Amino acid sequence: MDFNTVLQILDSAVRLMTPLLLACLAGLYSERSGVFDIGLEGKMLMAAFTAASVAYATGSAWLGLLAGIGGSMAMSLIHGLASITFMGNQLISGVAINFLASGMTVLLGQKIFGLGGRTPSLQGAARFQEITLPLADTLGQVPVIGPIYAQLISGHSILVYVAFLAVPLTWWVLFRTRFGLRLRAVGENPASVDTAGVSVTRLRYAAIGICGVLTGIAGAYLATSLSAGFVKEMTAGRGFIALAALIFAKWRPWGALGATFLFGLLEAIANRYPNLDLGIVTVPSMFMNALPYILTVIILAGFVGRAIPPRAGGEPYVKER
Amino acid sequence: MAMTAQDAGGRPETAAPYAIELKGISKAFGPVQANKDIDLRVAKGSIHGIIGENGAGKSTLMSILYGFYKPDRGRILVNGEPIAIADSQTAIRAGIGMVFQHFKLVQNFTVLENIILGVEDGRLLRPSLAKARGVLKQLAHEYELNVDPDETIEELSVGHQQRVEILKALYRQADILILDEPTGVLTPAEADHLFRILEGLKAEGKTIILITHKLREIMDITDTVSVMRRGEMVASVSTAETSPEALAELMVGRKVLLNVDKTPARPGAPVLEVRDLHLIDHEGVERLRGISFDIRAGEILGIAGVSGNGQTQLLELLGGYPEKGARVSGAIRMNGEALDLTGAGSDARTRRRRGIGHVPEDRQTEGLIMDFTAWENIAFGYHDKAEYQKGWLMDNDAIRRDAKKYMEDFDCRPRNCDLAARDFSGGNQQKLVVARELERNPDLLLIGQPTRGVDIGAIEFIHKRIIELRDAGKAVLLVSVELDEILSLSDRIAVMFDGRIMGERLPDQTTTGELGLLMAGVTDTEHHAAEDGIPPEHRHVDDLPDETANGGPR
Amino acid sequence: MDKMPKWADVILTPLISLVLAMAISALVILAIGESPAAALKTMVDGALGSSYGWGFTLYYTTNFIFTGLAVAVAYHARLFNIGGEGQAMMGGLGVALVLLSVPLPHWLLALPAAMIGAALFGAAWALIPAWLQAKRGSHIVITTIMFNFIAAALLNYVLVNILRPVGSMDPASARFPESTYLPALTDIAAAIGIQWGKNTPVNITFLIAILACLLVWLLIWRTRLGYEIRALGRSEPGALYAGISPVRIIVIAMLISGGLAGLMAINNVMGESERLVLNAVEGAGFIGIAVALMGRNHPFGVFLAALLFGFLYQGGGELALWTSIPRELIVVIQALVILFTGALDNMVRMPLERMFLALRKRRAA
Repeated sequence: MDFNTVLQILDSAVRLMTPLLLACLAGLYSERSGVFDIGLEGKMLMAAFTAASVAYATGSAWLGLLAGIGGSMAMSLIHGLASITFMGNQLISGVAINFLASGMTVLLGQKIFGLGGRTPSLQGAARFQEITLPLADTLGQVPVIGPIYAQLISGHSILVYVAFLAVPLTWWVLFRTRFGLRLRAVGENPASVDTAGVSVTRLRYAAIGICGVLTGIAGAYLATSLSAGFVKEMTAGRGFIALAALIFAKWRPWGALGATFLFGLLEAIANRYPNLDLGIVTVPSMFMNALPYILTVIILAGFVGRAIPPRAGGEPYVKER
Repeated sequence: MAMTAQDAGGRPETAAPYAIELKGISKAFGPVQANKDIDLRVAKGSIHGIIGENGAGKSTLMSILYGFYKPDRGRILVNGEPIAIADSQTAIRAGIGMVFQHFKLVQNFTVLENIILGVEDGRLLRPSLAKARGVLKQLAHEYELNVDPDETIEELSVGHQQRVEILKALYRQADILILDEPTGVLTPAEADHLFRILEGLKAEGKTIILITHKLREIMDITDTVSVMRRGEMVASVSTAETSPEALAELMVGRKVLLNVDKTPARPGAPVLEVRDLHLIDHEGVERLRGISFDIRAGEILGIAGVSGNGQTQLLELLGGYPEKGARVSGAIRMNGEALDLTGAGSDARTRRRRGIGHVPEDRQTEGLIMDFTAWENIAFGYHDKAEYQKGWLMDNDAIRRDAKKYMEDFDCRPRNCDLAARDFSGGNQQKLVVARELERNPDLLLIGQPTRGVDIGAIEFIHKRIIELRDAGKAVLLVSVELDEILSLSDRIAVMFDGRIMGERLPDQTTTGELGLLMAGVTDTEHHAAEDGIPPEHRHVDDLPDETANGGPR
Repeated sequence: MDKMPKWADVILTPLISLVLAMAISALVILAIGESPAAALKTMVDGALGSSYGWGFTLYYTTNFIFTGLAVAVAYHARLFNIGGEGQAMMGGLGVALVLLSVPLPHWLLALPAAMIGAALFGAAWALIPAWLQAKRGSHIVITTIMFNFIAAALLNYVLVNILRPVGSMDPASARFPESTYLPALTDIAAAIGIQWGKNTPVNITFLIAILACLLVWLLIWRTRLGYEIRALGRSEPGALYAGISPVRIIVIAMLISGGLAGLMAINNVMGESERLVLNAVEGAGFIGIAVALMGRNHPFGVFLAALLFGFLYQGGGELALWTSIPRELIVVIQALVILFTGALDNMVRMPLERMFLALRKRRAA
């Protein structure tokens, strides 16, 4: 395997990890506030559909992005209504959202475009184009660092950079701002926030709102950047991999970066080598695809460092009597 | 301006407004009327006690004052100004602070982070933290409230966590401080320290409302006291002009029998022999540090102590379900035969087969399944008994027959075994548990907090049944944080502190003062002088290991 | 004290939730420019209007009874088993391995053998999440989700690399021996002289499913194990106090749950396709969640809810055939049922409770 192949795989990993990273950070905000979210998949799917549809209709990827955020936000709102306002079961609500998105996208897609749930393929400005960073061509000539800059760092769509910037931003918000302090507190012990006179409900809605924005970007990226349009079930379990990454990351922003990179890399390798020949054994692609799930189970089992979720996670906040 | 206690007691018609004035407060939770038309006045700069039984509505009333609940009716005046307390933020701005019984702290935050939560200055944390650090230093100096600001809460002792709660209130510039059952989790020494802090705050002109069900605390520290009973305010008096007896009568609505009728015990052979029990919990904290004692047939051993000193762990271990991950050592013998401490033979099922009945401290999460019917609960723990099986299935008719009989015997009301356990009152729930455990006629009964949250009628009934069991030649291990209960029921009293038994006393030859010292961890040897006149034959010293027996005259 | 009568809790709330879910589904149909009434008529005609329709409806019902019971049994122990999909997939693998490796001369022999294979494989797939939950406290919802994906990958691998007959391009196993084909209900009906349900996949497994409802009811409410499962589900400290081992009960409840999900394979793999294909389960594992929620985790409720979803499934297929409404409509309905009966339960319950409280107060006054 030469240097160029490695670069190509890494480049592919970066593209593939981007939706995972965005969704993972989305889940991080939600779960840090005490609202479990197994509906990331559905939110992303809905966002991908609305983004592709609007991008196709308007020819603008940016309007598509907005629509994507709107689509996932609607799903977030349902989740909030069920798990915050009506104190329902957050897991069941998440399951419902996944199905709702899965069904609605096809239903609406068939109604609007009549292509069996697909949108027509997007062209030109309806997709986010790859950005060439300044000096990429000139620096590209420099050995080693040059190709890394020109191929790996430069040449992605703007949403990829947004995703990467979201990591330090999330860290800063979480650990350096008033909002972050309260958000973390509400996920650990909502009564502490309530008795301090801060609204638990408003904080949690804010968290799932951010979750909606980030899954919206993730979905838009899938449909208008990674692919050229929406196809049925295009998230293909990415929401669950993001969830797995969140556990892997132990609900920490930098951990999310590492975990999603790992999972993106696995996907990239599986794509490139359907049957990876390691000399002694041949690893089938199915195994590479299942590896994120297997790794997450191992992490969950607590054999390799324990993943402790936010203490109040999963429980609706009811003032005790 | 601070008024003295003497002034406040007489409710003088001065111009100075009350710190707090409540008028006609009512609050219902669904069908339950928690507060009924409550009036309350608290003078500025005084310590005002609110006393009442569990469930009398004290905490609800204070939560309303703190904006945690909204009252259905009524008005609130703070410093003479009418105010609508819609949420805790309003209460905080009006200068009201509250220390809840269950602390509202974020366990993995530092002290400093907990202090500023909700009252940060600006959107960024750094300046708030810096400011809080300064203020904290000053407050610590002023009121003896020392805590390390950078320690996380989970690293702190309960007493220190309570200090953080008080600091939180002071940092929010509270002038009126409400404390809900603050001493329940404290040792007497820590409680004394708390009271010194409260005196200091009072001297600074702050107003303090102390909620408790302990008469002694009211008498010791308050200036005025209000008594609540079943959601109503039944009296407000000056502490100097009342007595514990009078307050007790007001609390329960009739004269309280402080003594239980019982004949002297006639102890027989040892039923339970406990030797050098150790228990280290999953966090590595040693909860039991070498517990040894005997209980003979026909006697009640009472274990006194502030809650959290290992009593719960002792009961759970004897009952066959020590906390997950706990490490245990020592020996237990039941009727002369060893009981397993670990492994498959150490579970609650096996313990029951060996003749141990257990009324657990927490009937709502352990003793009963609240959603199960009364008859299902009557079989709980005994559901594997042969008489309840019919082939592959359970013989529900047999269980119902027993349930009806037990409920009759123990006067459980309503007499309907198809109702869910949660539909019974606290007293009747406890009767269900006690009936289930006593009707099996165990050789040894473990009974924890038998009357917590139980109305007075049921208390007398349950006490009588425990003594009947003893008189039938059975052994009873009674654990209670209520000293009165320990004193009136026990034939012998052992005091637990920090996982050890600090000493044994006979109920008619000791005082609450002496027991209080033991509960605070002052050992027998240190107070050897205080102990006189206990005839050696009444103390089972020869059964005890050296560390607890060395106080007794040999 | 109860806030409202039991009948309101057990019947009224789910019914109102269902009505709400259906009303919104009707709005969705309106929104895509079709008539809800016409759609309903197509569905009823197609699913219930003929013995042919019933044959398919009951075939789907059979699947959903098994997966619904699987979710319900676990739920009584307060375990949310989302892994029915994967467990049913593995059940299919179990059926295929038994039928392809052991020569069985008659379906009467093949059926119990395949049932054991299905239940064992389904249970085995539930065992690891159960053990991790019981011993390590790993959240069973997450682990069962992960196990669904792992099962899909494993099945894919086994079909492509091991079970695929030589020369075939399909990721599917060889056909099962003809001697193992299960009698269809239409054959049974014909045997007693009734012409019913020709060319429909519903088979003897439907009767087994009904039997399973009965057995689960006995298990939960009439046996010691059921008592212990329910006790643990309500209070773990209580269970410990009563000498019930949580580890044991969690593992056993999940084994039963996984076994039930696995048994679904008797219907779809052995009874219908008669070979193992890649996407044999078709989401039935997830529909089990809706069925259990709708049926309040009671076997009789599960039966009714499974029937409802069987109708929706078959009716949805008919819609796709005769109208321009895609069959994904039923996924939307399924989502709405889960949402309203499961997650938005309180939205219906809270106003009802207030209403009954007010009624009682008025009566008392």
